[in-house]
Amino acid sequence: MDFSLTPEQETFRQTLRAWLKANIPREWKHQGSSEIPRVEAYQILKKWQRTLHEAGYIGLTWPKEYGGRGLTFMEELILAQEMALAKAPPILNVLGVGMAGPTIIAYGTEEQKKRYPAKILSCEEIWCQGYSEPNAGSDLASLQTRAVKDGEHWVINGQKVWTSFAHVSEWMMLLARTDLAAPKHKGITYFLLDMKLPGVTVKPLKQITGEDEFNEVFFDNVRVHESQVLGGVNNGWQVGITTLMYERLTLGFALQTRLRIALESLIELARRMEKTSGRAVTREPAMRQKLAQLWIDTECLRVTGARAITKLLRGEMPGPEASAGKMVWVETHQRLQELAMEIEGPYAQLWKGSEWAVEGGVWQHSFLRSRANSIEGGTTEIQKNIIAERVLGLPKD
Amino acid sequence: MDFGFSQEQDLLRSTARKFLENECTSTFVRARMEEPAGVTDDFWMKLAEQGWLGLIYPEEYGGSDLGFVDLTVLMEEMGRCVMPGPFFSTVLLGGLAILEAGSPEQKKEWLPKIAAGQAKATLALTEPNARWDAAGVTVTAKEGKGGFVLNGTKLFVPDAHLADVSVVVARTAEGKSPEDGVSLFLVPKGTKGVEVKLLPTMDQTRKLCEVTLKDAAVPAGALLGTKGGAWPTLARVLQRATVALCAEMCGGAQRVLDMTTEYAKIRVAFGKPIGTYQGVKHKAADMLVDVENAKSLTYYAAWAADENSPETALAISMAKAYASDAYRKVSATGIQLHGGIGFTWEHDLHLYFKRAKASEFTFGAATYHRERVAQLINL
Repeated sequence: MDFSLTPEQETFRQTLRAWLKANIPREWKHQGSSEIPRVEAYQILKKWQRTLHEAGYIGLTWPKEYGGRGLTFMEELILAQEMALAKAPPILNVLGVGMAGPTIIAYGTEEQKKRYPAKILSCEEIWCQGYSEPNAGSDLASLQTRAVKDGEHWVINGQKVWTSFAHVSEWMMLLARTDLAAPKHKGITYFLLDMKLPGVTVKPLKQITGEDEFNEVFFDNVRVHESQVLGGVNNGWQVGITTLMYERLTLGFALQTRLRIALESLIELARRMEKTSGRAVTREPAMRQKLAQLWIDTECLRVTGARAITKLLRGEMPGPEASAGKMVWVETHQRLQELAMEIEGPYAQLWKGSEWAVEGGVWQHSFLRSRANSIEGGTTEIQKNIIAERVLGLPKD
Repeated sequence: MDFGFSQEQDLLRSTARKFLENECTSTFVRARMEEPAGVTDDFWMKLAEQGWLGLIYPEEYGGSDLGFVDLTVLMEEMGRCVMPGPFFSTVLLGGLAILEAGSPEQKKEWLPKIAAGQAKATLALTEPNARWDAAGVTVTAKEGKGGFVLNGTKLFVPDAHLADVSVVVARTAEGKSPEDGVSLFLVPKGTKGVEVKLLPTMDQTRKLCEVTLKDAAVPAGALLGTKGGAWPTLARVLQRATVALCAEMCGGAQRVLDMTTEYAKIRVAFGKPIGTYQGVKHKAADMLVDVENAKSLTYYAAWAADENSPETALAISMAKAYASDAYRKVSATGIQLHGGIGFTWEHDLHLYFKRAKASEFTFGAATYHRERVAQLINL
C-alpha cells in the first residue's frame, strides 16, 4: 500500500499547480457550489476548456492519436485534485469528455475515432446524452424512440427528455430502438446524432431553479446516415453501459473534486455568516459535527476512489467501491446543500436580486439544483438495486 | 500509488481466515464469554505460534517487524469472528505502550514475553470521568523514596484481571495544560494496593475491569518514558490502537453483511426470497456502502500510521468516526433483516451488535472524533 507519487507524477502535479495558478480566468468568480456548469457561464467555460486543452490538461487517459495524452488514471486523479485545490472552473463539455469520447474510442470505427474525440477535448463540439424518455427513465431499456432503415439512412422518430446541454450541443449520444421484435435490451442501437439535422427540435424545460438547463428533444423523421451508428446495429445497450463504469470513475473524480470545492466554500460561508448575522456558526457544536461529517465523507470518496483506481491500474475491473461512489456522492452533496441553507438560517429564503441575499443567492440555486442529483445518471433507488443484485448477488425480481 | 494489499498481505488474510474459522468458532467464542479468562491457554499459545502476538514488534524483541497495514488484515479477520480474549489489550495497548515509551531494558523485559505468549498486558487509562483526553487523568503518582505511590481509580480497563503487567497512566504533576504532568508506570500483577475487579459487560467477549490503586507503591524503575511528559507518546499509542480497532470493526461489519446477504437469498416470504424485495435490497446496499467506506478510511489511516504522515491524527479520527457509526448501523440492520431469529441468543448476530457497541465507545465515539476532525481542519 503506497499513496506516494512517482517523481514523474510529482513533477506533473507541481507543473499543473503552477499552471492553474497562472491561468484560471480572472473573470471566473467561484460560485460556492459544486454544480455542473451554469448557463450564464457558458462562454467563460468554453474558453476555459480550450485553454486547458491547449495546455494538454484534457483527455489525459485518452490515446495520443485521438488527441489525448496517453497517461494513466493517476494523472487524471491528480488533475481532479489540483483543480479542486485551485477552485478552478468546471469542464463544460463534461458529457463529451466523460462519456461520448471514451465510448467512441472504445467502439468507434477508425473514421469515427479520427472525427470526434479531438473536437470533444477542444470544446469545439459539445455533446449531450439522449437516453431518457418520458416513459423510459430508470427502466431505460424500454425506450421507444424508433429508428427505421431507409436506404443508407436511419429515420428517427420519437422524443427524449431531461436532456442537459441539448440547447448548446452540436452532437448527441442517441439510443434508439432498431428492432421491435428483439428482447428490449437487444433491439437498441447507439447513434452519433448531429443536432443540426432537419427534424431535430429542442424545447427548453424550465426546471426547479427557474432556469432552462435541460430540455425536451423531438425527432420528426430525422435522417441519420448509417455511418453514424456506433458499435453495430442492435448493440446499443452494450455500447451504452460497458463504458458507464469508466465514465462513473472519471466523472467520479470530477464530482469528488467539486464536492471538495463546495465544502471549502461552505466553511467560508459559515465563517462569513458570523459577520452577516453575528451568529458564530463554526463555534456551535451541532454545526461542527455536521461540517466534520461532511469533511469525512468527502475524504472517504477520495480514498474509495483511490481503491478503485488501484484495481484499474492492476488490470482488474472496478468492484463495489466504484459502484457505490455515485450514491455516496449524491447523499453527501445533498446533505452539504441542506447544510448551506441551515447555516444561512432565515437568509436561506432570499433569492438572487435581493441585496440581502447571501453571496448573491448562489447557494439557493445550488441547493435546488442538488435535488436532481439523486435522479439524474441513475436514481439512488436504481443504484441500490445494482449494488444489491450485481455486487451482493441478491435475486432479481 | 497503490491502494491495495500486497500478495503477502493477501496470504496473511487467507491464513488468518482459515485458522480462525477452525479455532475461533461460535462455540468457542460463546464458551469464552461465560468465563472470566476470555481465552484458553491453548488458543493463546497458538496465536503466539502464528507470530501474531509480536506481529508489529521489532525482530530484536521477538516480533515480526510488520506494520499497521499488515496488522489491519489480521484485525479484520479477528473482528470477523468476534475473537475474544486479551489480544487487543496485550498487543495494542500494554505492549504498544511499552514499545513506544519503554527503555531498551523495559522493552527487553516485556516484549519478547508478550510475543511468545508468556505475558499479557494492558493499559489503564480511563477513569470514572470516562474521558479519553489528558484532562481525564486524575490518578496521582507521588514521588517518594526510591519510587512512586499511586492513588485513584481506573475504569473500563480491558483485561486487567489477566494482565501480568498494567501500564498505568497517572499524574505526577499539575501543569499549565492537562497534557503536562502525565506519566506512565509499569505495574506488575500482584502489586500491593492494587485491586482489580472484573465488571459484568454487555459485550461478554470484552472483559472490562475497575482497577483501584490505594497507596500502590512501585519502584523508580517502573516509570515508563519521561516523567510528566508521557502524553504525546500515549496519544500515539492510542491513535495506533484506534486504527487496529477500526480494522477489527470493519471485519465484524463485513461478516454481518455476509451473513445477512446469505440469509436474504434463502429466506422465503410471500413466495420469494426476501432479497428479491427492494425493502431488503436497499438496506443491504446501504450496508455495503457503510462497510466499504469504513474500510477505505481505515486502510488510509493504517497507511498514514505506517508512514508517520502528518495527516495521521486526522485520518484516524475520520476512520473511527465513520467506523463507529457504520458498525453500529450495519449490525442493527443485520438484525432487522434477519427478523425474529436475529433477536435470539442462539443466532450469532447479537455478538456483533454488542461488539459494535463496545467498540463504538472505545477510544472515543463518533461524536468525539468528529469534534477532533473539526479541530484538526481548523474549523
